[in-house]
Amino acid sequence: MIPAARRRLVVLYAVVAALLLSLGGRLWYLQVMTVGSYASAATQDQVRTVIVPPVRGQILDDVGQPLVNNRTALVVSVNRALVSQQPDGGVGELHRLAKLLGMKYTLLQQKIRLCTAGVSQPCWQGSPYQPIPVSEQVPASVALQIMENQGDFPGVSAQAQPVTHYVQPFATYAAQILGYLQPITPQELAQRHLPVTGFSGVDLVGQAGLERHYDEQLRGTPGQQTLTVNAAGTVTGIRHQSSPKAGNTLVTSLNSRLQADTYSALTQAIRRAQSYGNPGATSGAAVVMTTTGRVLAMASYPTYDPSIWNGGISNREFKNLFGTAHGQPILNRATQGEYGPGSTWKVTSTAAALAHGYSAAGPYGCPGAVTIAHHTFNNWTTKSLGPMSLHQALVMSCDTVFYQLAYQMYLHDRYNANFVKNPHAPVQKMQKMEVAWGFGHNPGIDLPEQSPGTVPTRQWLYDYWKQYKGYWCKHGNANGSYLQQIAYDNCRTGYQWTPGQAAIAAIGQGYVTVTPLQLARGYAALANGGTLYSPRIGAAVLSPTGKVVRRIKPPVAGHLPVPRWALGYIRSALIDVVTQGTAAGAFAGFPLNKVQVAAKTGTAEIFGGQATSVFASFAPASNPKYVVVVMVPKSGEGADVSAPCARQIWDSIYGLEGHRAVFPSGVAPRALPGISASGAITAPPGYGGVP
Amino acid sequence: MSIGRGRAAGLRGLGPVRPSLGFRGVKTAVPARRSPSLWRRSLARDSLLRHVDWLLVVAVLALSLIGTLLVWSATAPGLSQAGADPHTYLDKQLLIVVIGLLLMAGVSLVDYRILRMIAPFAYAVGCLSLLAVLSPLGTTVLGSHSWIPLPGGFQIEPSEYAKIGLILMIALIFGSAGERSARPGIRPLALAIGCSIPVIGLVLAEPDLGVVVVLVVISGGMIALSGVGLRWLALLAGAGALTVVAVLHLHLLKAYQVGRLTSFLHPSADPTGTGWQAFQAKIAIGSGGMFGQGLFHGQLTAGSFLGSYSFQGTDFIFAVAGEELGFVGTAAIVLLLGLVIFRAVRIAARADDAFGLLVAAGVAIWFAVQAFINIGMTIGIAPVTGLPLPFVSYGGSALFADMIAIGLLQSVHRRHRLFS
Repeated sequence: MIPAARRRLVVLYAVVAALLLSLGGRLWYLQVMTVGSYASAATQDQVRTVIVPPVRGQILDDVGQPLVNNRTALVVSVNRALVSQQPDGGVGELHRLAKLLGMKYTLLQQKIRLCTAGVSQPCWQGSPYQPIPVSEQVPASVALQIMENQGDFPGVSAQAQPVTHYVQPFATYAAQILGYLQPITPQELAQRHLPVTGFSGVDLVGQAGLERHYDEQLRGTPGQQTLTVNAAGTVTGIRHQSSPKAGNTLVTSLNSRLQADTYSALTQAIRRAQSYGNPGATSGAAVVMTTTGRVLAMASYPTYDPSIWNGGISNREFKNLFGTAHGQPILNRATQGEYGPGSTWKVTSTAAALAHGYSAAGPYGCPGAVTIAHHTFNNWTTKSLGPMSLHQALVMSCDTVFYQLAYQMYLHDRYNANFVKNPHAPVQKMQKMEVAWGFGHNPGIDLPEQSPGTVPTRQWLYDYWKQYKGYWCKHGNANGSYLQQIAYDNCRTGYQWTPGQAAIAAIGQGYVTVTPLQLARGYAALANGGTLYSPRIGAAVLSPTGKVVRRIKPPVAGHLPVPRWALGYIRSALIDVVTQGTAAGAFAGFPLNKVQVAAKTGTAEIFGGQATSVFASFAPASNPKYVVVVMVPKSGEGADVSAPCARQIWDSIYGLEGHRAVFPSGVAPRALPGISASGAITAPPGYGGVP
Repeated sequence: MSIGRGRAAGLRGLGPVRPSLGFRGVKTAVPARRSPSLWRRSLARDSLLRHVDWLLVVAVLALSLIGTLLVWSATAPGLSQAGADPHTYLDKQLLIVVIGLLLMAGVSLVDYRILRMIAPFAYAVGCLSLLAVLSPLGTTVLGSHSWIPLPGGFQIEPSEYAKIGLILMIALIFGSAGERSARPGIRPLALAIGCSIPVIGLVLAEPDLGVVVVLVVISGGMIALSGVGLRWLALLAGAGALTVVAVLHLHLLKAYQVGRLTSFLHPSADPTGTGWQAFQAKIAIGSGGMFGQGLFHGQLTAGSFLGSYSFQGTDFIFAVAGEELGFVGTAAIVLLLGLVIFRAVRIAARADDAFGLLVAAGVAIWFAVQAFINIGMTIGIAPVTGLPLPFVSYGGSALFADMIAIGLLQSVHRRHRLFS
């Protein structure tokens, strides 16, 4: 076959030669003979893809009052690619633009630089091809000037665009809950598995708060425009476009008026504490929720105006927000602040005692001080208050009763496990009870920002010791100062659960910390008969045309391992706290015959500083519907600072003592607000007209 | 001839080739008193390096170098504007070229006999990996299910290697048949067609029409070159034509596929539809003129006219060459590709046996078809298909397969030099 095949190879030679010749000839024709026509075509046809951001969904309160919505604004955007093509690299143009916008040149420059490694905010996190919004509140005259003098401002545009609008003053009162939006970063794109095509720098994503938690619902779907553009940058046509789909609306259980009242009551409490000579009182939080786990109001002091995120946050604003110099207003202290609960904690200690067979009636002695394992522990008064039941111990908030109770339980609760270095040591009975109340782990609220607080279980203590052993052993000194001695002891035996720790943990001091939300959640479970909910702020998701996409119900997280009668026993004691106990003074004159409030005060002492003032309450006591919790660190006694604040909040809910009721007849709305096809919002029936 | 082949191969396999195989002018009489230097040894008549087709190697190196430069030029502006390392694709492509050259060298060293032995395995592996692509192991890129992702972010495109498997297999079928008779009969012909159909069918299922066209032309061309009677060839051509007509009339292709295949015939009719990419590529090439805009200065190819920069580095790399290097550059690429193909045909013509001839011819047909379609689609004389330009386009699978093919050519060439 070889000769035949060799002959036929000649054909292959010929075919290949023909193919190559036709390629070469065609290239010669295109590139040499007709070069002019293609060169001009090249400068005409270019395409740009522009992402059209969808209108983001609104966030409404329980009666339809918007907290965040959209408003049309004239937005000035800078196209980096076009501006940098200027002969001077765009410097002159940017100077002109900064002057026109009344903005510092350096700020403008910072806003359009790209966020890369080592570049801090403000900077642009999106695609370099996308126009970068630099100012979102431009007067029409400025916009006209820019659009009519495109020769002076190539690559700069002014267009009407929907802009996130924070409805004042409510958005400021709820700033930390709402969260904020920022252009998506490449890392987030990868992390959150978002489709790569639909996203560019103009896509804002929720970076905190509800905006982040419900981002997928609120975001909508972006549209895309493929434009043909000529060499001068003028759009000559649209090759392809898909229109954006607006995001869904989130209805929350927050009530904007209650939120405002709560924030103002909290502010007044902090001012009051300062005027009493506690200058350290600069922050605090208050939580109002239903006993079924819906958050009605949640205030964190200090707060900030979230509008500063619009159009890119400035460096100074960013520092104020995240820095400690201005009290870190970015923190949501209601869910992130971890404070000692003080005596409000005694309800869990009582529950643990009752659940483990300790007598409710006692009698238990309440001396001015007790000595446990060679240490003396004082009551809040030096006087002995005589033998009493647990009911009275709660009403009078007798510390020494709980010290002794804790010590008794300590002695009979796997005693030897207290002294073993064991990362898997069994949890103490009392601490097990506290964990079952939702303390020591995240409360599972629909916010990304939440802290677990601390319950000093034996395992936690071991981990804590492991973490700080090095530091303690370095700084400890058996003969040094008080703190050095403590460090010395901690270094050697810090993993041991001692009688003293058990005693002070029982009154909510020492290692114990909780967030205001956790405390409210635990008290809601106490009030509703033992069901622990994961709190929810979101109530429903509505489509842009008002269809209910989904309803959000607070999920049940567990049940308190406490007999029903024991919870009733504790509740009855908390009623007496208000009528005759530690909160009687703060509630003097309050119309308890109209609304029976049950509560517990707390004063968590801090070594070397002012105590945290704590107040946890629920009402109406016979059939509890709402829980109000206030925590103000470094402000003093619970009865002096937080209790009056809570009283004001109760006034606001029920319309007592001259306040206007936020809920007619004291009941939060059950029905959802509606959205008509035209976008108009209607309040649920019975809760007023359109806000 | 067949006796000598076996013995010589055995010797080669056992140790250094003895300088006494009867070549002219070798100093066989002088015993080596001291071992000759490395330089001397490498220049010696019988050394491996003397049996390499250096012209082929130089052409391949030049093409790879031009390709690497173009990939760099096409991707650097987009990468640096996106804030990434502008050398990302350059570095990758350099690594790919180095690995490809090593593969080429490795395959050149493989003895010819072994190539014959492994042909069925190469074919089987090619078919199996094509099957794997269609299984859930494969991924979809640009609407075609033709890749297998590997750990570490790598992926392979088995259809590239299936070409090699098919070439070796058909060459083996006719090579064995040819030793018995002057003209291969119906049996090897049927066998060759039978082996081609599964490979072509699997690629058609991906679907990758470009590769299907290349595979059909390779197998058809090799069958034609095998020396099969002209009657059979006419019959085959008729059957092929019937198939094409049937496919078009029974709507076996998707609308976009038909659109892509025919849009090059009337590009201005629909500059925003399927012909748009080709139209843009043509404008880019046309605007290059005689000397081009210079590397890194292509307005269209460095911009965003073809969507993403990774795309330009692969299928439309020739448009980058056209815009930035002008006619001088494109003509150089065409000439270099022509050099590679003609060297392959030359090696085929000088091969000792039918197997070698057909392997070299198959490779020549492969490169010729693929280069023509790839370049043709950017200048409006061939349909738009996802075929890379041999040695020039960005991408590992394609370049590795190309380099392995050059290795095969060298192996065939070396054998001819040793035994002529």
